[in-house]
Formats: sequence, structure tokens, C-alpha cells
Amino acid sequence: MTEKTLRKGNEALAEGALRAGCRFFAGYPITPQNEVPEYMAAHMADAGGAFVQAESEVSAINMVYGSAATGTRAMTSSSSPGVSLKQEGISYLASADLPCLIVNMMRGGPGLGNIAGAQGDYFQATRGGGNGDYHIFVLAPNSVEELGNFPKLAYELSEKYRIPAMILADGILGQMMESMSFHFDPIDPKTLGKFDWALDICKNGAPKNNVYSYKGDNLSADVWSRAKRYGLAERDEVIVEERNTEDCDVLLVAYGLSSRACLEALSKAKEKGLKLGLLRPITLWPFPYKRIGELAGKVKAVLTVEQSLGQLVQDVRLAVNGRAPVYLNAYPAGDIPSGESVLTAAASALKGEGEGLFDLQKYCEGFEYKGGRTK
Amino acid sequence: MSILAQKPQSLTDLPMHYCPGCGHGIVHRLMGEAIDELGIADRVIGVAPVGCAVFADSYFACDMIQGAHGRGPAIATGVKRSKPEAIVFSYQGDGDLASIGMAEIVHAAARSEHITVIFINNAIYGMTGGQMAPTTLVGQVATTAPKGRDPLLQGWPINVCEMLSALKGAKYLERVAVDSPQHVMAAKKAIKKAFDNQVKGIGFSMVEVLSQCPTNWGADPLTSLEFVRTKMMTQYPLGVFKDEGAE
Amino acid sequence: MYQGIRIAGFGGQGVVSAGILLAQAGVEEKKNASWLPSYGPEMRGGTANCSVVVTDGEVFTPIVSAPDTVIVMNEPSLPKFEPMLKEGGLMIINSSLINSRPSRTDFRAVCVPCNEIAAQVGSPRVANLVALGAFCKLTGAVEVEGIVHAMKKVFKRAKPEMLEINRKALQAGFDYVK
Repeated sequence: MTEKTLRKGNEALAEGALRAGCRFFAGYPITPQNEVPEYMAAHMADAGGAFVQAESEVSAINMVYGSAATGTRAMTSSSSPGVSLKQEGISYLASADLPCLIVNMMRGGPGLGNIAGAQGDYFQATRGGGNGDYHIFVLAPNSVEELGNFPKLAYELSEKYRIPAMILADGILGQMMESMSFHFDPIDPKTLGKFDWALDICKNGAPKNNVYSYKGDNLSADVWSRAKRYGLAERDEVIVEERNTEDCDVLLVAYGLSSRACLEALSKAKEKGLKLGLLRPITLWPFPYKRIGELAGKVKAVLTVEQSLGQLVQDVRLAVNGRAPVYLNAYPAGDIPSGESVLTAAASALKGEGEGLFDLQKYCEGFEYKGGRTK
Repeated sequence: MSILAQKPQSLTDLPMHYCPGCGHGIVHRLMGEAIDELGIADRVIGVAPVGCAVFADSYFACDMIQGAHGRGPAIATGVKRSKPEAIVFSYQGDGDLASIGMAEIVHAAARSEHITVIFINNAIYGMTGGQMAPTTLVGQVATTAPKGRDPLLQGWPINVCEMLSALKGAKYLERVAVDSPQHVMAAKKAIKKAFDNQVKGIGFSMVEVLSQCPTNWGADPLTSLEFVRTKMMTQYPLGVFKDEGAE
Repeated sequence: MYQGIRIAGFGGQGVVSAGILLAQAGVEEKKNASWLPSYGPEMRGGTANCSVVVTDGEVFTPIVSAPDTVIVMNEPSLPKFEPMLKEGGLMIINSSLINSRPSRTDFRAVCVPCNEIAAQVGSPRVANLVALGAFCKLTGAVEVEGIVHAMKKVFKRAKPEMLEINRKALQAGFDYVK
């Protein structure tokens, strides 16, 4: 463990990836993650790796596809609209069972949106995002320290299961500076050993390797075999952080930056006469359905706090499965939760109504929309 | 007894799926011979495209990767940058390279990636069944240009070698054909040079091969060879467009 | 101790680097700290601001929406940040450039003529350090020495004489307030 230093989130992430043995990076400029490629451009060559500023996000992810196929720890990073473009490549990476690291420093959307931090890409990240029947690991850090340490975790999970991994953070985490330390010594990728499936040269009679995405008649067997790995990942690799979950009336569920406003709410709950707990999913896929379900049976209400219009809450409802009422405290489009606003919503959740609880049907009550063409 | 001819060691024994009269098989063989003759078989890694050559990964004996439509040069970039000691080729068709993958080929050439690109131009989308390609000739009939390509509606064909020759990073560009024994011999020479350039570290090298697609042109093999000679070569003259490695 | 701070002023007044110094000083003193700038188009021209948290415990949200302390360096920042300041909090006002005064009376407002003091110690550009000196004295959240250590890390390429002027400005701000 290194001494604590003050680091910018994006730089901690890039340094963390290099320490984790990342030796190929391809990316395309987009705010708010530009410090990542800039850091890689400055330091990757010294580490003996390659940095390429690609002509597009589409090319960048395909460069990662090529590099990852050689067994290199490869990485790309972008922000929401750029990650949309990468979905083609991510689907191919999933199909070719290639481990790699993809970073999404989320910003406001849809479309060009804005550059404020947001969590609107939860569905895109956890539902696959590209075409076809697949999952990727999705890790959601909530601090600069986790940004710096998660690339190693991402590579390890990704390589163990041959499933691409994504770090899903937001612009604010990327832009902020925070005291942090690395929990591991730099890894020399030469010490990591080889994959028997990777592209190579001078094979001295070893069988020919094909990394391919078109499976034809073999597709069914391929998808079924991958499903087993998904099952193991769901069984063994769920990671959560819990605070005060065994003695609370309202269970907050939040990931990433939102969870930090929840921590503030927890610190002030007592003085407001509230008993709050927090479950923070660190893996968004695999999602902690089981653990949330267990806890839901012991609380009066569950409240999700998210910087989106109701995405995380859908998984939470699946997990709770009717065992407790589930409410949504939503901050879409660059809005940001605070300790105060979470406390207000938590008090409302306990009553079953009030300020801070968002319900789409109540929200549109009495509203008439005159859409369609005019004459 | 001496061996006069045999299948290149760089190709597998798998029977190819290409239609009768198609040019792909000829080009695969030329590549295999070139790789064998240069003695680089144990160093080659290939990128197979989407399109008729989607199964090329099983025809070449080296390790192969098959990627998304048009992205071959980006994938090859990733492979080559991570394994600089490898000889990396990207095999692409005209829809792949000159339409959906135009950005990738232009920028790989601009960066002068040390890769070898074999570009099959048969003026049609083959695998999907004969749609208009960026290289379809003016007046040529395609399923999405049923009255023939009308430049006022569908624009003009793209001459890739000429276009890329404007780029400093493109070091070797040659257009060849496989319509006759003489042209096949010349094509072999060009392909061998494009690989040899990578061995020598010269930079981005591409060979455009005018190829025939009797199936989607609706022509018999002989007529399609005639089409290459009379129609395609008028739009796409053969020759060397760039050869900086020769200096 | 948990100090949430907002520092605001014109771009070029050094409010962003003042924030980094505060956070770095916290780290020097083995505390936890965060810093978050306003970024993007709002950075270009007009006012810049940043959020800083320094604490013995855990940093909650890095976006300080109810600050314990607000440091305002220019006129437009005062009305912008006054409403969010916590009851009982602290506002440090650069009275060299700000003529108006807060309308609320439920927090402590301290006027410091940062630009004048900075000019006296050698450079009008170090007004931000004067404000930080005052902050150290008034809150005790970080020590002047902590900021001096932080300067060496944050202003890596600064000349020794410039660091000395910074240090003087810091001390002058500290000495100015009671």
C-alpha cells in the first residue's frame, strides 16, 4: 500500500491501469475523461506499452479488440456518447471472449447532453449495450482511491472469466482530486503468464488459434458455454459495501458518486431521528440481487438514490421482489444528490409519500401533451 | 521425383467455400506463396473481415482474428502495436474497406501502421447478395441499383489507391488484377512486396486486387474476366501508385 | 472536524489552485481531503469556483452544496454563494474587490483586503494566498505550515522567490484576521 497522495480521479485511474499491467491504450478525446489518454500518452511508452490516439471511438475499441486478442492487458476510456459508439466493439469482444478494460466516465445524456457527471448509462452498461445476448463485468467506484485500484480488479475478473470488464464512473469522480493510495505494487505483465487462446507467433507446432466473432452453427454451444461463466460470476463475484444494514428502517441503495451523498445522510440520520443503512453495489453486473433481497425483509422501506430517471431502481425492485416498498430518489441530467436531499427523501420513504420520492405517473398527473404534427 | 507445384504451407487443408470463378481463392494462394517464400510463416498473424472472406481465418494456417465490418486496420493496429515482432495483415473487401471502414483504412495509412493490407475490389457486395458497393462502376447493375449506378443519384466509384496516395504515411500502393496468368504473376509480386515491406519496416503497404464475382455480377466466369479487363480496368487502372520503399 | 469549503472568483484569481493547496495541505497533515473544480464551458471566462473538503474522518460528497466556509474573491461570487452557506458558517470576503456585503446575518462575515495585502508583500497575484492565511486562522482546519508544504508539491516549477512571496502572503492573511 502506497502513502496517501492527492490525485485527480482520471489520473489515478490511468496510473492504476498502468500499475495493473495495462500495456495498450487506444482512445479518442471526449470530456470529461481527457486526462486518461493524456496520462497514457505521457507514460505508456516508458512502461513499454503502446498508446494510440484513434480516429474514432469505434476504431479505438477495435484496436483494443486486436490488442486484447494477443493477451495484452488492453484498455480504452471514453464518456457516454463515445461509449455508445464503442458498443459494436464491446459486443465483438464479448463474443470473442476477450478480457479487456473499458472505462465510461459518464456525462449527462441522451445525445450530446452535457458534460456534468451523471449515471444515465446504467442500463447501457448492465444490459450489455451492444447487440446480442451477453454481459460484461461492471465495476462502480465511488472514490478516487477505488478509481486507482479497480483496474487491477477489472483485469483479474475479466481474465478469470474471459468476460470484458467496464469501470463505470462519472465525470465528477474523474475530475475531482482526492487523497488516495494504491493497494498493490506495480505489476510487470511479463510475470503474468500466457493464455492458451491468445494470438501468437513462432508457435513451434502449437495448435493454430482463431479469435473470431462469427460462430455460424456453433453459436448455440458458444452462448450456452458462456452462460455457465455468467452463472459462476453471479454466484461468486458480487461485491458490495454495506453500512449499518443490519439495524435500519430505510435501506438506501446507491452506487458511485450518489452513494457518497448517502454516506453524508447516514452520518446525520441519528440527529434527524432516522435509522438508515446503505448497500452500495460495487459490481453492477453481477448485481447483488440476493443480498438486497435478504435485507429487504428486515426493513420498512428501500430507497434508491441515483443520478438517473429510474434505472438502478429497476434492479432493486427485482431484488426486493415485493418484500418492502421500493422508492426512487432521482437526480437526472447532471443534478446531484446531497446529504440533506437524501435525508428528506429517506424521511418521505418511511412515510410512504412526500418530498424527494419520484414516481413517473404522479409526476405526469394533470399534464396534457399536445404532440403530433400541426395542420 | 521432384515436386512441381503444391499447396502453400501457409494455407490450411480446408476446402474453400468460394463460388466458382471467384478471385478470393487465387489471392489467398498468392498470399500463402508469398508468406512461404519470404520465410515468415511463423511470424504472421492475420485479420479476417466481414464479407465473403469471413471464413478466411480458417484458411490461413497462422493465428487469425476475425473482426467487425470495416475495422480490420484498427484491429491490425492493436495486434501489431502489442506484438511488433509479428507480421500482421488485414484482408478486406470493397464494402468493408472503402465504405464502412473508410476512416480506419485512411488513418491506418496516415499513421503508416506497419501492416499489410490486401484489398479485394470486385465492385459489389458479395456475401450479402449483390448490393451496390462504393466501387460499383457507373451503369453497373446491383440489387440496390437495379437500373445501374447513376452518379447523380448514387455518386461515383471511389478509387482507393489514388485517394490514399495523397497520404505521406502510405508507403506502398499498387493495384493488380487476377484475370489472366500474367496479371496473377504480377499480383503475386506485389503481394510479396507488401509483406516484405513489413519485414523491412517500411510502413503502410496495400495491394488492391481487381477481382471477379461471377455470382453477383450474373455472369459466367469467362465473361466476368472480360468485365474486369474491359470495364473495371478503365475505371481502375493497374499500376504502382506509391512505392517509397524502393528508394 | 469536517470542513466543506467553496472558493469562488474570477478565472485567473487563483481560486482553483487555492483549493488544490487547501486539499494538499490536508493530505500533508494526514487528513482526508477532496477537491472538485467547476469544469467545462463554465470555466471559460466569468467566475470559477471549486469545492474542497478537509476532514479527520471520511469525505462524503465532494460537491460542497452546504459549505461551512465560503471564500469569495470577486463581486459576482458573493450573491451566488451566500445562499448556500451553512447557518453559523464563515464567509471570507475579499474586500479589495467586493463592495457589497451579505444580506444574511446568521453567519460570520470577515472582510480581508486580499489584493492590497498581496501588493504589500510583493505581488497582487497572491491575493488567493492571503485569503487562505485568513482561513487557517479563522477555522484551524489546516495549519499555515501545511499550506507551505503543499505549495512545494503543487507549485513544482515555481521559483524560490515566488514561493517566498506566497509564504509571506499566507502569513500576512493569517496575521490580518483576529
